[in-house]
Amino acid sequence: MSKLLEIENLQVHFPLPQGIVDLLTRKPRRVVKAVNGVSFKLEQGQTLGLVGESGCGKTTLSRAMLGLVEVVSGRVCFDGNDVFSQNRTARLALRRRAQMVFQDPYASLNPKMTVGSTLAEVLRFHRICPPREVPARVAELMEMVGLSRELSVRKPSELSGGQCQRVGVARALAVNPDLLVADESVSALDVSIQAQILNLFLNLQQEMDLTMVFIAHDLGVVWHLCQTIAVMYLGRIVEIGASSEIFHTPRHPYTQALISAIPQMQAEATVSADLLSGEPPSPLDIPSGCAFHPRCLRVMKNCRSGPPPEMINMGTVQVACHLYD
Amino acid sequence: MNAKVLEVRDLEVTIDTPSGVLTAIDGASFDLREGEILGLVGESGSGKTLTGRAIMRLLPSRKMAIRRGTVCINGEDITQFDESRMRGIRGRTIGMIFQNPSSHLDPVMTVGKQIAESIRFHEGVSAKESLSRAAEFLRQVDIPDPNVRLNSFAHEFSGGMRQRAMIAMALACRPKILIADEPTTALDVTVQAQILRLLLDLRKRRGLSIMLVTHDLGVVAQTCDTIAVMYAGRLVERAPKKELLLGPLHPYTKGLIASQPGGAKPRQQLPSISGQPPSLSSFPDGCRFHPRCEFSKSACQTEIPVLEQVEDSHQTACLRWHDLVRQKVLGAA
Repeated sequence: MSKLLEIENLQVHFPLPQGIVDLLTRKPRRVVKAVNGVSFKLEQGQTLGLVGESGCGKTTLSRAMLGLVEVVSGRVCFDGNDVFSQNRTARLALRRRAQMVFQDPYASLNPKMTVGSTLAEVLRFHRICPPREVPARVAELMEMVGLSRELSVRKPSELSGGQCQRVGVARALAVNPDLLVADESVSALDVSIQAQILNLFLNLQQEMDLTMVFIAHDLGVVWHLCQTIAVMYLGRIVEIGASSEIFHTPRHPYTQALISAIPQMQAEATVSADLLSGEPPSPLDIPSGCAFHPRCLRVMKNCRSGPPPEMINMGTVQVACHLYD
Repeated sequence: MNAKVLEVRDLEVTIDTPSGVLTAIDGASFDLREGEILGLVGESGSGKTLTGRAIMRLLPSRKMAIRRGTVCINGEDITQFDESRMRGIRGRTIGMIFQNPSSHLDPVMTVGKQIAESIRFHEGVSAKESLSRAAEFLRQVDIPDPNVRLNSFAHEFSGGMRQRAMIAMALACRPKILIADEPTTALDVTVQAQILRLLLDLRKRRGLSIMLVTHDLGVVAQTCDTIAVMYAGRLVERAPKKELLLGPLHPYTKGLIASQPGGAKPRQQLPSISGQPPSLSSFPDGCRFHPRCEFSKSACQTEIPVLEQVEDSHQTACLRWHDLVRQKVLGAA
């Protein structure tokens, strides 16, 4: 299998705006380190799940993959080409191969355009097919995501949430992408609709050999859909590997806490014991040493001082934790 | 069995719209017992949130009204109470917490003052006394440094802390009943577990009865004693947690349980319910679930199923449950 996406030591920082007082007192500019040194590889046809608490940098990482945010350092290679060193034309070509489905199905569609024109616009702009064939292709796309053809004249406000999300998926698929990034694409949907969209993603992936990055805070969804899972904490990946391994024998204390917090759909289920206290610290001042040490139950001396080791290989998973040094 | 603290009978809530009067909640009946946690589950538009608000008489619009039915607390029907008597009930007898704490906390009043306000209103104690009680409640919901945090504003709190502050506020006058409307939906799983643990702990310490309104069956499975399922404004099934999860007696409940991801078979098609929940203005006739139900028959299109008693504590509103249990489609495997 070939590597479709390679990310090396990626850093994305957002400097905060400074007030006049800060400028006059020459206070150093504060920086949100949203993604702080992430490396991984994704093979063609694989589905990667990105999980972590809010503010851990999942969304920023996914945007950086598509070249939608400026990075401070590091490399994003898409099929061997560096995404950020390219000119505009090359970036447009990339956009044709990597697409995104967003969280809020209503906010990500133009409220004044009908479903048909939303899809046709993509086809025309990227010159996917000759103008004559656009209507046929639109119909084909709508069928692919399970929307009936009559809906093509409707506007987003006349559709349900599930239908809008299908339009979002159809729009992303219009360019025949190799990579699909879905950012919390099912979290705004009702349970019964969520299952339908998850089935759609599974079908598409199997039929079109799509590579997918799936971001979700619902670990049940990620478990269902993804072969590989990356757990993020404060801008870093703390554990990455085969999803069954991550779910059944989580190695990193943070992963253990996260997995134990998933509500179990069983008759005998109870709320799990507390493995994690408090909430993640602000990415403005990331704790020294291992960023997780203030909340970690198994914290040791060297966790406070030294940064955790680079990814340690443990079979099918890699962990960044002093416990496994 | 513990005494009933809340009895809802035949509750009907209507909305007055330009195109006619719509029925948002159509005859919901259920009880809440002392120390019990009741989970009210349903999809958006099923009327679960509105049920909670109707009990509090806090319907979000003037166009909505309780048309029929009773809500009894200690034998008194509170739907007949006037606004001033209702004020004595809210916070004192029933507390309520909401999904989005930041939009239900006053942004320009310190958290301590907001909690103290309701203590002063209901118990008529001095300002100083009420503030020290507020600090005590913040401590009870595990907020560190409660005396310092009294003087913080809501925006200085994190999401989980705001939800804790709201719980403290709802419980400040020691109500017997807490209505929790999607209290953990906006939170991370880790913080969600903390808040659920807090609710369970409060139930144990205080004998609090909780009505937990949520769309998340996982949350319900972890916390509730009894589960009531709503669909399109009607209660379709009610049973103790274990019976409902292991042997659902309504096709909708069965579908809802089956469509949860995270089961034993990853990367397989999930059994999903086809179609989508109907909107308020176009509720189907007969059983409202029939257009999406794979077992519907012609009778389902016309006849309205009533909530039938199956066993002592299991109720279902399905015309075909008898047949379907015999065919081993519904009920315990």
